[in-house]
Amino acid sequence: MIGRDLLSIEDLEREEIQKILETAEKMCEIGRRDVKKVPTLRGRTIINLFFEPSTRTLSSFEIAGKRLSADVINFSPENSSLSKAESILDTAKTLDAMDPDAVIVRHAVAGVPKRIADVLKAPVVNAGDGAHEHPTQALLDMLTVYQEKGQLEGLTVAIIGDITHSRVARSNIHGFRKMGAEVRIAGPPTMLPPNPEVLGVKACTTLREALDGVDVVMALRIQNERFRGACFPSIREYAATFGLDRAKLRYAKDDAIVMHPGPVNRGVELAHDLTDHRPSVILDQVRNGVALRMAVLYLIAGHQSEAGRFA
Amino acid sequence: MSRVIISGGRVLDPSRDFDGEADVLIEDGRIEAVEAGIEVRGAERIDASGTWVAPAFIDMHCHLREPGQEYKEDLASGSRAAVAGGFSAVACMANTDPVNDDPSVTDYILARAREHAAAKIYPIAAATRGLLGEVMTEMSALRDAGAVAFSDDGKTIMDSGVMRSVLEYSKMVDASVIVHAEDLCLVRGGVVNEGPISTRLGLPGNPSTAEDIHVARDLRLAALTGARLHVAHVSSAGAVDLIRRAREEGVRVTAEVTPHHLCLTDEAAMGYDTNTKMAPPLRSAVDREACRRGLCEGVIDVIATDHAPHAVHEKEVDFIEAPPGILGLETAFPVVMDLVRKDEISPLELMRRLSTRVAEILRVPGGTLAKGAPADIVLLDPERRWVYDAAKGYSKSRNSPWDGQEMIGRVIATLVDGAVVYHSDRGVLVH
Amino acid sequence: MPDTPPTGEIDPTPAAAHSGRVVLDDEAIRRSLKRIAHEIVERNQGCDGLYLVAIPNGGVPLGRILVDDLEEITGSRLPLGILDTTLYRDDLAVRGERPLMRETVMPSSVDGQVVVLVEDVVSTGRTIRAAMDALMDFGRPRAVQVVALVDRGHRELPIKIDYAGKNIPTSAEEKVVLRHSGSETQARLEMAVIKRSSEAASDGGPGELRT
Repeated sequence: MIGRDLLSIEDLEREEIQKILETAEKMCEIGRRDVKKVPTLRGRTIINLFFEPSTRTLSSFEIAGKRLSADVINFSPENSSLSKAESILDTAKTLDAMDPDAVIVRHAVAGVPKRIADVLKAPVVNAGDGAHEHPTQALLDMLTVYQEKGQLEGLTVAIIGDITHSRVARSNIHGFRKMGAEVRIAGPPTMLPPNPEVLGVKACTTLREALDGVDVVMALRIQNERFRGACFPSIREYAATFGLDRAKLRYAKDDAIVMHPGPVNRGVELAHDLTDHRPSVILDQVRNGVALRMAVLYLIAGHQSEAGRFA
Repeated sequence: MSRVIISGGRVLDPSRDFDGEADVLIEDGRIEAVEAGIEVRGAERIDASGTWVAPAFIDMHCHLREPGQEYKEDLASGSRAAVAGGFSAVACMANTDPVNDDPSVTDYILARAREHAAAKIYPIAAATRGLLGEVMTEMSALRDAGAVAFSDDGKTIMDSGVMRSVLEYSKMVDASVIVHAEDLCLVRGGVVNEGPISTRLGLPGNPSTAEDIHVARDLRLAALTGARLHVAHVSSAGAVDLIRRAREEGVRVTAEVTPHHLCLTDEAAMGYDTNTKMAPPLRSAVDREACRRGLCEGVIDVIATDHAPHAVHEKEVDFIEAPPGILGLETAFPVVMDLVRKDEISPLELMRRLSTRVAEILRVPGGTLAKGAPADIVLLDPERRWVYDAAKGYSKSRNSPWDGQEMIGRVIATLVDGAVVYHSDRGVLVH
Repeated sequence: MPDTPPTGEIDPTPAAAHSGRVVLDDEAIRRSLKRIAHEIVERNQGCDGLYLVAIPNGGVPLGRILVDDLEEITGSRLPLGILDTTLYRDDLAVRGERPLMRETVMPSSVDGQVVVLVEDVVSTGRTIRAAMDALMDFGRPRAVQVVALVDRGHRELPIKIDYAGKNIPTSAEEKVVLRHSGSETQARLEMAVIKRSSEAASDGGPGELRT
């Protein structure tokens, strides 16, 4: 897998997902040591190219790279004088000239990490592209579910919220399905994508239908800044119809777990008492994020140099 | 008296339903005769054996970007791309900078064309001032200055009251109003066809209903006013149906389809290549089939390229930021030949849709090999294989999804007023 | 995870189970380990402050047997750590694929302890070098000693074995593996010399370090 781009879960084979999750599980132990560093990627360069701001994902990748002893550099074009209309390919070619071992790309518009990967020698990790995919998020979600449930095969997962605009939803749908779980989606009809069957999911029109007997409930963040009015009339109505609380959770299995990619709009997607306490595993998701990203970097960072050595 | 004989070709003249082997005699830039075995002394001979000889194509929808955006294209480069694609004449849209909403801009374009263009240029003037969709342009003055039709293409007239007035008023100058039919409120920033592809890609979708709604609206307004409506770049099955029914009811509507909407679908956008982003977007296989059938049946009258050059740096940005549009002039013929190769349309009928019918709608000379017509002729080899390299093409821009691909079907020569202005062996032959 | 062998177990090699030549059978292995256990006690004058750390995969079953043997001799049950050295390898740059990691479980602190590394086969010495680097990240052992059931020579680094089971000379085309003999459910071990396969010859195969 060295040098392989990680652009989407849709492109991953089941065996590759398995390998990443197994490796991530082993990486978890490093986060429990005193000295949380291993020399594996010493001297390698990892560039974070974040066109869209993000504290959580950026710092998670940064910690992951540093724990592997890599040199991690943050490029944030949205902070610099580079305008939106600057050629993405020019930016990519500039980076290529620095010969990095991995480039992590996040952008507000789908497709940019792929376009960059087409130009770069180094492997590209998609840290979120528009509404398309966020593969490392889905992988850490799957790892968290695996740790809780012991397996992914045969589980039912319900993803609730603004599915149309959610890359976390798309990646998780592809991931859980590849690992043999059944996935349902639910949200206001204005937030469900056209032709959901092309993703292989059942679209439910009520929360109750989606939660019925489910093992995992994943609540998505509502971006109220962008969509109020156009997609749903008010936060109040969203919370009443698709917000999760303990009462509604009773439709799910007794040992169902609750997940959220963060940050949580308390009282909207999740009630307060579902955010911080069991059955919520949100903090485990965050902890697993670093281990998962360490696993990804370990497995793919590097490319074959002219000498035939793998960097 | 200069004489040219094009001999030994298969002559296709839709204006007289003629399809057969014949020679074409040209005298002083006009067609003198079309018959077998022409022998005339002192005539230059062009050997057309193995090729089709047809009236040169006319493109009624292209963007030549002059004045104002000459870095993308100008009349010189655009017209060279046109003749290299077999077009002896093109009608260019008004969304230039300044907009062609004033006779002074129309004069400018025609003056520049006289000096620099390799093909005949017919300006299309704006329907509303500044393309703002609020106040009508001075259609009479623009017509006198040389505009052949009116269009806000690039934009849509969202106010139905304004659209009605534009159609009503256009009757005075008896010109077509060409509409880019899309309800922008429904489009709402969509960049790919709304459907399974937009769901998989995670890009905002543009539903075909947005096109259907405005096509329906404009057809009703055309019925109400009795004006001549022309629907640009039809892409949706729904729109084809609406036009078919309106035609049956006697509405004065004509329509065009682009080569890309005839041959590509939204699947092409799966790799996020911005050279698959255009407005209206590439749509589903069902829509493509409906467009093909519509064209073959005549519900859609003509093929028009919507040649829309954009600079490399403008297209090399993310899919939402990139301007929509692709080149079309130099690849139109091999792309639409797919319909002939699949036996959906005969060569003669294809020529009608590339040439004869266009001339009828725009009411300009051309599209015929009748005696006395200007000798605007194209020689075509329907089987010649070649690789299209956009960087070596005549357009200043390179935004084509066919860049680097093998094409089947080549323009061998283009004549404008009897002079060979393009030959595949020698390139464009104008100053 | 479905396809990973449970921690510490050696990979059963079904096809190769009957190939190669067995150099140590189960009895011989256990006898060697018993002798090594006595040597450890003698050298360290008891087993106070001793910490056995096994290097997966082969070192783990051997480490467990040693813990049992040492308890029999001294009455104390020593802690057993498992230390995966994959992330400390020096050959990651010349491989086509990142080797799979194994689990690390270090139940005790190494500070001030005498760490006894337990490995099944030592050859080049590179794994022991990697294990020492890993140990240093865990703390500061008072001393480090090395148990190797088999020393097959071909040393490339100045690494010495404190307690060797058997010296077995081999050629570069061979490798020495610890595996189960007979059925998988029997806890019978054997040490065998087998030929490297043609792919394994170039990079030791995924996960296999030339030790």
